[in-house]
Amino acid sequence: MCLSIPARIERINGDTAICSVGDSSYEASLQMLELEEIKVGDYVLIHTGFAIQKLDEEEAKASLKTFEEFEKLNKDLDSEEQQKGKRIV
Amino acid sequence: MKYIDEYRNKEIVLQIAEEIKRVSTRKIKIMEVCGGHTMSIQKFGIPYLLPETVELISGPGCPVCVTSRSFIDKAIAYARMDDVIITTYGDLIRVPGSHSSLDNEKAQGADVRIVYSIMDALMIAKKNRRKKVVFLGIGFETTAPASAAGIIRAQMAGLRNFYVYSAHKVMPPAMETLIDEGVKIDGYIGPGHVSTITGEGIYLDIPKKFGLGVVISGFEPVDLMQSVLMLVKQIENNDPKVEIEYTRVVKPEGNIKAQQMLEEVFEAGDDWWRGLGVLKDSGLKIREKYSMHDAEVQIPVEVAPPIEPKGCICGEILKGLKKPKDCKLFAKVCTPSDPVGACMVSSEGSCAAYYLYNR
Repeated sequence: MCLSIPARIERINGDTAICSVGDSSYEASLQMLELEEIKVGDYVLIHTGFAIQKLDEEEAKASLKTFEEFEKLNKDLDSEEQQKGKRIV
Repeated sequence: MKYIDEYRNKEIVLQIAEEIKRVSTRKIKIMEVCGGHTMSIQKFGIPYLLPETVELISGPGCPVCVTSRSFIDKAIAYARMDDVIITTYGDLIRVPGSHSSLDNEKAQGADVRIVYSIMDALMIAKKNRRKKVVFLGIGFETTAPASAAGIIRAQMAGLRNFYVYSAHKVMPPAMETLIDEGVKIDGYIGPGHVSTITGEGIYLDIPKKFGLGVVISGFEPVDLMQSVLMLVKQIENNDPKVEIEYTRVVKPEGNIKAQQMLEEVFEAGDDWWRGLGVLKDSGLKIREKYSMHDAEVQIPVEVAPPIEPKGCICGEILKGLKKPKDCKLFAKVCTPSDPVGACMVSSEGSCAAYYLYNR
């Protein structure tokens, strides 16, 4: 019920936006967001016809970067374990 | 950045799985309280990626599942009135009431229309001024602001023939009641889109009062695995707190504008939840200043006490005490095409999720 999908804003008419998800387009009301903070090209979460939040690209990139570092850390640990022939953690 | 593919990366998921295995020593149970999480967890096979020490259980996170049969019975009573058009999200259409469903009533000639948004219901009210248009307001804090926006818009536009029948509910009383009742869990995966609206503040009592952590999670496999890892670390370190994993969407303060709309239109009232009974201040009632759009006030109707289906253990499942496979009816008498209980009829109910992905 709380399902909500990221959609890209293609056009803005007053407090309504036309958004795309893949090849489909949806109309979404922007009345729950601060209009001055929204522009074409932004991604928003749409729920029952309302954009309920703008997605934060910086945060998204930061969290993905953490995962990449994580992967590197694990790989380093794995190779150290292989070298020493015993489990470290 | 498409905000989906990046969070379905198999390599990252497996790395996190390794890390969880490494960190986890205590046997724990983690509960999710969002139907969307229930579906994602089963769909992506998350339980199979976790060590034996970590068990995931589903809580009362599906609004359709926790809503009383008497709500459906009353909606059906409205649908049977000649001058009423029922507008509803698709989720409710097949839910069985005591004797019928909205789908069944529609087949018998009642004017029941599925809408994608409450704004569509307002348009129907505008075009049918001689009819009473009743919108069935169901859902948690994610969905309720849309109903509030619709009611405010109806008031402004003078749409006197538009009414909302509210069964909207808020999450924290249910999360606290479960712990109070002694359901054994060690932490919560917090609902991502409820929290998009509310922010993290609504959960702060849970670590304080009950010593349990809450990690607000997104819906992709990387999100869910990462949230489990964060909870496992909290539990291993005896450091329960509220954390946000879904930072690309959830702000600590939430969506203030949506919160203001909720506050403007609704006030807290007691409400009944399947499996949990009546919970204080867990429902959202329409304030008196908007009562001209409150279906319960403007279109009074009496219905008989609801009849619950025999043998259905939906209530126990919603409390996390039993799993769908523990139910004698599951996948035999009760299937998505012929559901007995709400947890099977709702596409995000635990029984439907298990039937589809984990039978």
